Amino acid sequence: MTYKIVASQCTSCSACEAECPNVAISEKNGTFVINPKKCTECIGYFDVAQCVAVCPVDDTCIIDTSLPRYQPTGGAA
Amino acid sequence: MDDSSNFEFAAAEPLDDIMQKIADHKGCGTSGGSGKSSCGTSDGPDDMAPEIWEKVKNHPCYSEEAHHHYARMHVAVAPACNIQCNYCNRKYDCANESRPGVVSEKLTPEQAAKKVLAVASTIPQMTVLGVAGPGDPLANPAKTFKTFELISQTAPDIKLCLSTNGLALPDHVDTIAKYNVDHVTITVNMVDPEVGAQIYPWIFWKNKRVTGIEAARILTERQMQGLEMLTERGILCKVNSVMIPGINDKHLVEVNRAVKSRGAFLHNIMPLISAPEHGTVFGLTGQRGPTAQELKALQDSCEGEMNMMRHCRQCRADAVGLLGEDRSAEFTTEKIMEMEVSYDLESRQAYQNAVEQERLAKVAAKNAELETLAAEEASDIKILVAVATKGQGRINEHFGHAKEFQVYELSSKGAKFVGHRRVDLYCQGGYGEEDSLETVIKAINDCAAVFVAKIGHCPKDELTAAGIEPIDQYAFEFIEQSAIAYFKDYLDRVKRGEIAHVARGDADIRQGAYISA
Repeated sequence: MTYKIVASQCTSCSACEAECPNVAISEKNGTFVINPKKCTECIGYFDVAQCVAVCPVDDTCIIDTSLPRYQPTGGAA
Repeated sequence: MDDSSNFEFAAAEPLDDIMQKIADHKGCGTSGGSGKSSCGTSDGPDDMAPEIWEKVKNHPCYSEEAHHHYARMHVAVAPACNIQCNYCNRKYDCANESRPGVVSEKLTPEQAAKKVLAVASTIPQMTVLGVAGPGDPLANPAKTFKTFELISQTAPDIKLCLSTNGLALPDHVDTIAKYNVDHVTITVNMVDPEVGAQIYPWIFWKNKRVTGIEAARILTERQMQGLEMLTERGILCKVNSVMIPGINDKHLVEVNRAVKSRGAFLHNIMPLISAPEHGTVFGLTGQRGPTAQELKALQDSCEGEMNMMRHCRQCRADAVGLLGEDRSAEFTTEKIMEMEVSYDLESRQAYQNAVEQERLAKVAAKNAELETLAAEEASDIKILVAVATKGQGRINEHFGHAKEFQVYELSSKGAKFVGHRRVDLYCQGGYGEEDSLETVIKAINDCAAVFVAKIGHCPKDELTAAGIEPIDQYAFEFIEQSAIAYFKDYLDRVKRGEIAHVARGDADIRQGAYISA
């Protein structure tokens, strides 16, 4: 799994974009999206997912259950 | 605060001397060590150092007197925020913010620079560019400082300012100084973390979300440290505080002392804007804002400590124009990209020189009237009056067209600006014409009179019935001069027994941000 952004809740404030250690977040059609190929759930970088911690609207950056859980490989953790 | 205090200081001197002084842009001239950190309240013989006068004389937010003449604009280049406040809701476009991408537009620094040039060319009295959000400018440092860099290259005469919650401030003070940002506003709602915990649910700090008292403790430490660092570098600081009855209303006196002792130039206590439809925590819990009298009482009690700002319109992060008006709809990105912009520094200067002449005339008129008031017997009577104005310090607005009224307190000491009342939200709840008059009366219910350029028979009668005297005899005259003349007449009439001086009731503070109709 990786994180995803609930578009209907996103205020497009861009706070997550700057905090993401993987540069996985970008603006698309007025709101922000997370590239699941880049998202590591912040594992190996921080104790908490940065997008979740900085987002001003609760439950907007959430785990995308449709995707397999992120598996840290090698020295990332 | 009000740099007309310069002129009051000089009132005892011959007029020619005053004119010379102001013409030299020396303000009150002396830079003596008075008790206050700086000068600029609406009353009292304050000193102001010439370099400070230079900084505030055409900044509408830092000078009550300047706000009649000069305009400001905000560019919404800073959408991200690093703290959460219970009076703010990023999901909606409301009170102190504008939600990027919905009602207002988020701008890139390049778009912002173009917009500033377009506005400055159209509105020559636009002297100040601020980055105020809609998030926190210092949570978006790259965008904020890039904007300042571009504008200082193309429009070097425009003053730069920013407002911040202070959390990231100590990290950016050197950059702020580097870009010659000489006005910084910090929102300080508490200096006691226990109080802060009721206002701030969390902060984003060192890659973590910190909550509760710990969050408020970090925030207040950073704010005070940032304030000290700015004043050390001679950057003027204004402190904004949101008055939240039952939470920090009494505590703000302590905040006032704390920021004064750290060199803040001006304190702006604003009423909480709170309504359920804003979707803010305070809106949803039913937390009320203060009444006009509660706000004034708190401002009055802090005034002995330092300069108080009472002319704040709590404008949005994309506001354009004089305080109390918003012309942002004229300058949407689409429109400015089509505009042919030629930045003419010289004609802007010429216009601003004409404005200065008008200011001189206004001050001279006020001082002359003040002298005749001083000749009268001193009285304990104080009254409030409402004024319909479009700017330039004149009574030049039709009663029915007024979106707000400015409120002056009249006493034997003269006329002092003490606030403004909004009446532009007639549309709320779909009220008709009659109800809108009721709204106006509620908003200026504590005033003895209302000064207008023109007024119809109907509202005239209704105002009179409500005990508010409608005055149109000073149409297009200077506000303060007229108000003092009216007050002399008022005292006379009381003395002769023609009217009875009665204390007026409280008044409503209207909610919401200024937006163009």
